[in-house]
Amino acid sequence: MLKMHNVSKAYITDSVKTQALQSFSLEVKAGDFIAVTGPSGSGKTTFLNISGLLEGFCEGQYLLDGQDVSKLNDKDRSRLRNEKIGFVFQSFNLIPELNLFDNVDVPLRYRGFNKAQRKQRIEEALNKVGLAGRMNHYPTQLSGGQQQRVAIARALAGSPAFLLADEPTGNLDSQMADGVMALLKEINASGTTIVMVTHDQEQALQASRIIHVRDGQVEEVIHEQKAIA
Amino acid sequence: MFSYYIKLALVSMRKTPGLVALMVLAIGLGIGAAMTTVTVNYLMGTNPIPHKGDDLFAIQLDSWDPNEPHSEPNLPPDQVTYTDAINLIDSAPAFRQTAQSRTAQVIELTGEQGKELKPYLATARTNYADFFPMFDVPFLYGKGWTKQEDLNSAFVAVLSKQTNEKLFGGENSVGKTFLFGAKVMQVVGILDTWAPLPKFYDLTTGAFDEPEALYIPFTTQVSNEWGRSGNTNCWKPVDGEGYQGFIQSECVWIQFWAELPNEEAKQDYKSFIDNYAREQKKLGRFPRPLNNRLNSVPQWLEVQKVVTNDAQILMWLSALFLLVCLLNTIGLMLAKFIGKSGEIGLRRAVGASKQSIFNQHLMEATCVGLLGGLFGLFLTWLGLQGIQSLYSNLNNALMQLDIKMALSAVLLAILATVLAGLYPTIMASKVLPATQLKSQ
Repeated sequence: MLKMHNVSKAYITDSVKTQALQSFSLEVKAGDFIAVTGPSGSGKTTFLNISGLLEGFCEGQYLLDGQDVSKLNDKDRSRLRNEKIGFVFQSFNLIPELNLFDNVDVPLRYRGFNKAQRKQRIEEALNKVGLAGRMNHYPTQLSGGQQQRVAIARALAGSPAFLLADEPTGNLDSQMADGVMALLKEINASGTTIVMVTHDQEQALQASRIIHVRDGQVEEVIHEQKAIA
Repeated sequence: MFSYYIKLALVSMRKTPGLVALMVLAIGLGIGAAMTTVTVNYLMGTNPIPHKGDDLFAIQLDSWDPNEPHSEPNLPPDQVTYTDAINLIDSAPAFRQTAQSRTAQVIELTGEQGKELKPYLATARTNYADFFPMFDVPFLYGKGWTKQEDLNSAFVAVLSKQTNEKLFGGENSVGKTFLFGAKVMQVVGILDTWAPLPKFYDLTTGAFDEPEALYIPFTTQVSNEWGRSGNTNCWKPVDGEGYQGFIQSECVWIQFWAELPNEEAKQDYKSFIDNYAREQKKLGRFPRPLNNRLNSVPQWLEVQKVVTNDAQILMWLSALFLLVCLLNTIGLMLAKFIGKSGEIGLRRAVGASKQSIFNQHLMEATCVGLLGGLFGLFLTWLGLQGIQSLYSNLNNALMQLDIKMALSAVLLAILATVLAGLYPTIMASKVLPATQLKSQ
């Protein structure tokens, strides 16, 4: 479903070359819940950005749902990102001027759904994260945990095959973090593939596979189990 | 997506009202200054009688000084002598033609009405009967005088609408009488509102001045030896004595117009005046080489430089000012769009293409431009009101913002803002989502 083979990515600034990923190879299958761990600067986020088509890469091959993404133009990459991928960020990235309904609506607008379809999907997504009753509220009126739930609802509304989460509990206290993790597991159980970058070993252990990354390479698969339902 | 982009533009504008207000102010000021001068220039140069502009001709005869032209580059005088005016009226083959001048005399009413209205000085246009049909002058009541009345130097008058209101309360006063220059004049017609802009038929007394209070036969002015209220230019001293001496002189003081409805008529007329000039040379007049001209209305406005160089320079200066305002707008918009990098990054991440981001921000620039345009329109109106109060002698129509100009102002504002917003918009669409999302 997601297949990277010998992918390399280097950043060059003022004649300093930083190798973020080097011969990175990984295969993610449908229904997986992958936790990506590693020290800061190891290349976790770069991997996630390349997976989510937010960044390009220098060498190697990346197939998303069997499609070679390196040959796509901006429009096609954007469409693929919209249809196949949902993002959850550490800092939620909600738009403060829009209410919850309109925040969840953002990806659906670029899909070309009609008004009724969008409304149905937004309500379903917000219902799934337990915030259906607050769709007219604004992000600042919510707690951090609730904001992250809205971000998850936004990611889910378009029914993506992948959910890419970059330290989704990094800005939350432990109680809220547990709630978000439970929600992610529930989503995974219902069939959505999840790739989550995390520093938290406890959370990593809840994934079906843990990929440890160091110096831009997959160092080892240090744990493998079925996601706890 | 169009309505979605409008919604996003409004949300975004509400988010930074200060920046938006500054942009609207900058665009409004630029548009206001530019449109005020453009409007005045546009109205200055507009053909006031477009449907007949190419059939009406201002006649120029070069009866001037052998040593130097009336004006450079080798232009004949803009008016004609009395001798030539009368000769052309008598013999020139025009469909219609008129000589015209002006005279200022005291107007007063007789009888009971005279007690209510104080005598006052009024300027009359003196012309021939053809003047009214030639220039499509609209009548409210009555009509112009007849050719016979021209020949008789009759005491008849056509009043402007305002004068009729002042003298007779706006009623149909045809047949009534009043005193003009102490002569009893009979009203034969009342004009409807008529104030062509520019006042093409007489550019010598202010191209943008209000029309005269009344119209009387030219022959009546001359037979009563009434003085002229206009420009007179002479290239040699007046030989004779008194009024008769003056009108026999080489001084030019009469505007002469002919209506020539086709090319053939125009050629005939031109041949006639050239032959006339040759005849006059034999009599010792017209010492300069043959240089007679027929100017259509647009040509006449051009030759007489109705749109002054100062007005044009002012227009270009205000265009530069608009440019400076737009440069400011570019800076402000760049600041605004950079402030939205996080949102743009997110939109890119969830599936917006660069084109979508570009369109969204172009719509925002358009909305800002629209607001700036409306504000600019208000400032233009204010500017024109200001000019109107400064130059009260000028024709008010010069300071009118018509629908065409108002729409142009708003369109110009939108176009200019979109152009100014192009660079910030392109920059916005180039935001790298990965960098923005991590840095939030």
